Amino acid sequence: MNRIVTGAHYGLKDWLVQRITAIVMALYSLFIGAALLAGVSGYDGWRALMAQGFVRFFTFLFIVSLCWHAWIGVRDIWMDYVKPAGIRLALHSLTAVALVGYAGWAIQVIWRL
Amino acid sequence: MPDLAKQRPKFLNLFAIRLPLAGYASIFHRVSGIGLFLMLPLLIWLFDKSLSTPESYAQFQAVAGHWLIKLILLGLLWSFLHHFCMGIRILLLDIHVGIDKVSAHKSSVAVMAVSLLLTAILGAKLLGIA
Repeated sequence: MNRIVTGAHYGLKDWLVQRITAIVMALYSLFIGAALLAGVSGYDGWRALMAQGFVRFFTFLFIVSLCWHAWIGVRDIWMDYVKPAGIRLALHSLTAVALVGYAGWAIQVIWRL
Repeated sequence: MPDLAKQRPKFLNLFAIRLPLAGYASIFHRVSGIGLFLMLPLLIWLFDKSLSTPESYAQFQAVAGHWLIKLILLGLLWSFLHHFCMGIRILLLDIHVGIDKVSAHKSSVAVMAVSLLLTAILGAKLLGIA
């Protein structure tokens, strides 16, 4: 039998991670949207909001969720459209490295507040 | 099974395929997702500048105020809103809310309409029209 090897057992976990990270990001977006609607503006107001302990914690969760969510989504797109193994491996690696870098960059922005 | 698989019809002419609206909502979910991913460096850069110092905040305002960046941000605003609304639809479908054909069509209309409406309202603010 000619089976296509695509790996195993990560499907359900990824499906679940995609939902959990989506919910974290949706709640965070609503929170930040509400804060902006409530009149947070200017450098001082924006910085004071983001520097609060709870908000930093929530922002950290958002950044991790975003990068993990993007990893699953973008990897799936490469798997759907890019067939040559070499190019696919290169794109997967590039995506993973970029996302880890983005996470570090964004986290250090809130860390030094 | 392999014989059955061989007989499946394959029709991939993108210009002749007529997708239902839910199909467009779905492909836009993908397009908006990849757009947001590709523009992450810009977004994190803006986030960085907006928080570092009052001087960098001024730089953030100047860059975000440039018409070309505004245009990109408008695209990203739609991408975010579509991805957000479609995400909620997917989560609802996951828990078996609205999975019949009529409701699924209605919810895809709602996703398109709400995300475009919010893009218009927030986009007008972004572009300084309203």
